[in-house]
Amino acid sequence: MSLTAADVDRIIALLDGSRFDRLSLEMDGLKLDLVRNGNGGAAVARPVPASTPPVAAPAKPVQPPPMPEAVREAGLVEVKSPLLGIYYRAPRPGEEPFVEVGARVEPDTIVGIIEVMKLMNTARAGVSGEIVEILARNGELVEHGETLLLVRPDR
Amino acid sequence: MAIRRIFVANRGEIAVRILRTCRTLGIETVLGVSEADRESLGARMADRVLCLGPAQPAQSYLRVDTVVQAALGSECDAIHPGYGFLSERADLARLCEAEGVIFIGPTADQIEAVGDKLRARAAAEAAGVPVIPGGSAGSPEDARLLADTIGMPLLVKAAGGGGGRGMKLVEQAEELAATMDMASAEAEAAFGDARVYLERYVRSGRHIEVQVLGDGEGRVIHLGERDCSVQRRYQKLVEETPAPHLPPATRAAMHEAAVRFAARLSYRGAGTVEFLYDVPRDAFYFLEMNARIQVEHPVTEKVTGIDLVAEQIAIADGRGLGVPQADVMCDGAAIECRINAEDPDRDFAPSPGTVSEAHWPQGEGIRVDTHVVDGARIPPFYDSMIAKVIAHGADRAAALTRLRTALTEVRIAGVTTNLAFQQAVLADPDFAAGGVDTGFLARFLDRAKAAA
Repeated sequence: MSLTAADVDRIIALLDGSRFDRLSLEMDGLKLDLVRNGNGGAAVARPVPASTPPVAAPAKPVQPPPMPEAVREAGLVEVKSPLLGIYYRAPRPGEEPFVEVGARVEPDTIVGIIEVMKLMNTARAGVSGEIVEILARNGELVEHGETLLLVRPDR
Repeated sequence: MAIRRIFVANRGEIAVRILRTCRTLGIETVLGVSEADRESLGARMADRVLCLGPAQPAQSYLRVDTVVQAALGSECDAIHPGYGFLSERADLARLCEAEGVIFIGPTADQIEAVGDKLRARAAAEAAGVPVIPGGSAGSPEDARLLADTIGMPLLVKAAGGGGGRGMKLVEQAEELAATMDMASAEAEAAFGDARVYLERYVRSGRHIEVQVLGDGEGRVIHLGERDCSVQRRYQKLVEETPAPHLPPATRAAMHEAAVRFAARLSYRGAGTVEFLYDVPRDAFYFLEMNARIQVEHPVTEKVTGIDLVAEQIAIADGRGLGVPQADVMCDGAAIECRINAEDPDRDFAPSPGTVSEAHWPQGEGIRVDTHVVDGARIPPFYDSMIAKVIAHGADRAAALTRLRTALTEVRIAGVTTNLAFQQAVLADPDFAAGGVDTGFLARFLDRAKAAA
């Protein structure tokens, strides 16, 4: 049992037309999490692998991440962590980060991994645009809804 | 001392309660909150706040992995689970054990041992603690024979149930088979466990429970009992200590039985052994053990002067029991009244919303445990309890007078509460006389309905 892209589009349309901000769907071997964009834009598909790819990245002791500054360029979109966990910028230690400042992202571009007790969840941009700043620090705890990075959206 | 920072995995008044003791002990705190509780009083008190997930408990407070990840990621030494939510989840205790985080509570094995009613009952019998006549029955023929020895009426209970859920009354022997089939099917649907058992139904019973503390090495003390017989559909509304008019020999026997039960498990931490007191027979039967801090723990604290949360932390920290049994003194009487955001005129329907104004009483012998201040939100996702008002006095009459006076000072605007209802309960002559049974509140409601 799997979902086609068209199926996902239809589910997104359903969520978009509803008053809910979030939709979780679990079927055998597949988990689909839909979260409405924080700025009230279109809902964004964020497939999460149901199995756990082993990624050897020991969680170091962490300090609270710095609070985002109050004053920023207007119109930036905050890409938020879909859940609480440890944020990793790269698929494995020593590898290239998924994204860097200045990179272009599309809604389904992976911007990091959020680990919850060895379960790896991918975080996606959810927006089209250019990365202006990466706020979350590699290997540190982010809370649910914490801003991971800032994106200047396409017009 | 090893515990420097505690992760509080709960919300509402108990989160505030735990944070206060941590503050007194100089322990840092991290509070896990849902999106609905970011602005709560607890969130303002904690040294650090971490959002676990959305408001729905299943996506935040009930997520074992997320809670442990949050505690590890914020470098907490220990997790306090409070009551409800994950407090009696063996998988949380087990994951804490595996990850080297101290679980402030019993071991995973102990949670499992007391969480399963059939196992707990067997453990009680092995400890020489009286249990209510009954047992499990496989075939309909076994059930009929068992029912003959128990006598009618009897209860059919779900092995995986609790808090009054999953019970059915059988008045006539011929109803037994059909009721058991129904109860088994419902238990399978509700708890994923179809096992049921039968037990004697006590016509007039009181819910009396004994507070215990164990060091995990076999030493156990008790801190007296609490009478929680004022219940509506098995939800406690008023609790007090000591239990009024209980024969001294029965009281002592109950204390000893509770200690025996917990000691046999080498129980670690704070726990409560619940008994059904059979009024006409002056007998008591083991009901279950709650492996957590209880909602009604403040009445015990008031009369003993012992901070139960501080004791939980000390035990979890490996420092053992703070006081020997001989030094536990019970001074006077204390009564607790739960204030819930619910509407007694609409069958106690929850009344969530925003509290525009909250004024709580103060004064000699009065304690209020609450998270509700001006502007506090009562989200619809959680328990409707907004406060516990506790009064202590030299004797029960003095405590009751103080509690009644204190309730007249409560002001809550913005949500409907059961305040007036609770005042009526406390004014009832039977309650004032003391020693009401668990049927008291249902009779009280019937009288109120008839008078309306």
